[in-house]
Amino acid sequence: MAHVGTHEENVLIKEHGWDDHFHDHHHGDKYQSNFITHYIFSQDHKIIARQFLITGIFWAIIGAAMSVVFRLQLGFPEESLAWLKPVLGKWIVINDGVGSLAPEFYYALVTMHGTIIVFFVLTAGLSGTFSNLLIPLQLGARDMASPFLNMLSYWFFFLAGVVMFYSLFLSTGPFAGGWTAYPPLSALPQASSGSGSGMTLWLVSLTFFVVSVLLGGVNYITTVLNLRTKGMTLWRMPLTIWAFFVTAILGLLSFPVLVSGFFMLMCDRGLGTSFFLSEIFIQGQALEYIGGSPVLYQHLFWFLGHPEVYIIILPAMGLVSEVLSVHARKPIFGYKAMVYSILAIGFLSFIVWAHHMFMSGVNPFISNFFVLFTLIIAVPSAVKVFNWITTLWGGNIRLNTPMLFAIGFVSMFISGGLTGIFLGNSAIDIQQHDTYFVVAHFHIVMGVAAFFGMFAGVYHWFPKMFGRFMDETMGKIHFWGTMIGAYLIFWPMHYLGLAGVPRRYYSFNTFDAFQGFESMNKFITIAAIIVFFVQLLFVINFFYSIFKGKKQTTKNPWGATTLEWTTPIEAGHGNWPGKLPVVHRWAYDYNKDDSREFAAQIEPLAEGEEESDH
Amino acid sequence: MRNKIHAQKFALYISFASIVMMFIAFTSAYIVKQAAGNWLEFAIPNMFYISTVVILLSSITLHSSYKSFLAGKEGMYKTLLIVSFILGIAFLILQYYGWQDMFAVGVDLKGNVSGSFVYLITGVHALHIVGGIAAIIVAIVHAFTLRFRVTEKRKLRFELTLHYWHFVDFLWLYLFGFILLYR
Ligand code: HEM
Ligand SMILES: [Cu+2]
Repeated sequence: MAHVGTHEENVLIKEHGWDDHFHDHHHGDKYQSNFITHYIFSQDHKIIARQFLITGIFWAIIGAAMSVVFRLQLGFPEESLAWLKPVLGKWIVINDGVGSLAPEFYYALVTMHGTIIVFFVLTAGLSGTFSNLLIPLQLGARDMASPFLNMLSYWFFFLAGVVMFYSLFLSTGPFAGGWTAYPPLSALPQASSGSGSGMTLWLVSLTFFVVSVLLGGVNYITTVLNLRTKGMTLWRMPLTIWAFFVTAILGLLSFPVLVSGFFMLMCDRGLGTSFFLSEIFIQGQALEYIGGSPVLYQHLFWFLGHPEVYIIILPAMGLVSEVLSVHARKPIFGYKAMVYSILAIGFLSFIVWAHHMFMSGVNPFISNFFVLFTLIIAVPSAVKVFNWITTLWGGNIRLNTPMLFAIGFVSMFISGGLTGIFLGNSAIDIQQHDTYFVVAHFHIVMGVAAFFGMFAGVYHWFPKMFGRFMDETMGKIHFWGTMIGAYLIFWPMHYLGLAGVPRRYYSFNTFDAFQGFESMNKFITIAAIIVFFVQLLFVINFFYSIFKGKKQTTKNPWGATTLEWTTPIEAGHGNWPGKLPVVHRWAYDYNKDDSREFAAQIEPLAEGEEESDH
Repeated sequence: MRNKIHAQKFALYISFASIVMMFIAFTSAYIVKQAAGNWLEFAIPNMFYISTVVILLSSITLHSSYKSFLAGKEGMYKTLLIVSFILGIAFLILQYYGWQDMFAVGVDLKGNVSGSFVYLITGVHALHIVGGIAAIIVAIVHAFTLRFRVTEKRKLRFELTLHYWHFVDFLWLYLFGFILLYR
């Protein structure tokens, strides 16, 4: 691995760096800190990134454990779950000595699993972690535009988590009406046991969560547009930054719409309005609500909901592009096409939301537009897939753990994207809607793929975060176990879905049509349990490596070109001790000519060298 | 590479985009629901016209206060700041009377969704005004406790408050116009 030595890099920044008089105002300025402000109420983006990551891991374990419990019920309805009673208490109902999950709690688990994974893990844990870590570092900034708001962003997320966590222990249980929280289940406290306090806390928690996303997003956008170092033009930014930037814009424009929906829901719940309610009977009693429309809520929800799935996947795409290029030792193929695809996906994601509502009674003529735009999204998605594969083609591939996960991401994204095209046709969706086909689609394309992007990022940037490497052997077992296991879980679900088996059902005993899938359900559950334990291997590896991992000895262990690898290994607040690095080229000069294996962004063009054309 | 706009101002402007999206959601929901029928029409209370004039005036006074601040006219600056504050409070009171008028003619929050929408939209807007008034209070405290000086930092602070105030003012114009047009 030929790369620029540490010494040489220091010289580069010293001689060519940009002096922003960092040291001149070191007395009591915002980059000073004591223990509490350093580790807890930190304003250093690098610490905040780690806070997001570790909180995300905490929630991932809880969310995944929930899925194991409800999969046990689905796969082994006859087996006794009484052994879970010490943990779940009254939610395990014992009949004739056989313990089974209370149906209400089954729904609560499914709901919490979705909410937690979508928002707390794949939004905060993914975008929160890596936007925070990489935006200032890869742009050559001392920190975010407002380190204070950045800190608040984490603590609002934390608060959201506390409230949601508390709701798990309510005697009536947490909210149980699905992660999309459709009314009337979400609007009428008497509709189900989780619809009372559980739903109230769900709304409070997610409102805090949106505040966190908005504070973070404002900061990310401002930082990208205002705090780039000298020479870092937009077209020289790594694709990670482009992805985080567009993600932040999507969040900023779509989450407020969700909040509007939440406000209306709160009015229906507490003030007696009928925005989403009309002519409802509960337990034989007619309610007073008249004239509202539950479909209205669905519009407001999915106006966020669809961009949200791209808020989840775009950062993963950015991380994967970077990891693929670094470990294939090749420039990313079609850099500009990648940027334009990100922008196109971002734009289109706002005009496809009703594809989640084909079956809710929206006008079929209007559906046509949404079918069209939905299918068009496949085009920029396919461009990206093509470019990832072409980046790998003929590369000098290092098959280490981050690279494996990045390649796994591409595989998952293809498999799940293809089923999206089925669902995007409103006629085919008549059969597939609300079946396991949808579950298979979005778990592969979003759930697993986004986790893979996140894993690729964690394994790759772990040295940047903790100054050590994660263990490769455990990493590879983790990868293969997850890769194979995830397909074993979700592939069979396509068949269930094609046969019409509906999602979110507690039991299929009473439906003749859905008999005969017991063994498939058992199979899926066993695979899910194995994959869950493989993830624990990751958790062990993660915490073990923080303290005992192989030490990072050179600044730039992967031979990457981007700026984050030019800081000292243990960078303080402010990132670069002296001058800021200055950028002279794009982020993908790998094997450009025979003289060197790669050229870092801080290397000035050699005499007679032309800037790479991209 | 530094942008001309100060980063904090820039951040404020992008948060406007967020707030706008929130109200666009309300008004779009309004249009969709209205098209679905079962929609009660009612007269918009006259109070809302008066409050519109008041909020416009407050924008003018706050702006003049800012100009006086720059020009070093300390007395004028402080007086106009107080006047803007009073006008802001007056706006809220007028909105409250507006709601009372609606209620008096039988448009109840719990009744037809058309009324609920107007309460909701004006109510959430009022919350944003409360935020603006809080910022003005901070500005007043600064004006009366700090020694009068025109510094870059204080200028920036004032501009942030001023631009937010103008923003919620124009937001009201949009919302009021919307409610008048789509009835
Ligand atoms: C080729 C591109 C894609 C197309 C055409 C597509 C299409 C669809 C359609 C039509 C549905 C609704 C199915 C139904 O409920 O009946 C759906 C569901 C879903 N899709 Fe996709 N999709 C695509 C890519 C993605 C991506 C990239 C993600 C996330 C990263 C994603 C996440 C989801 C989720 C989370 C749901 C289900 C939400 C729920 O009902 O709980 N999709 N998709
Ligand atoms: Cu969608």
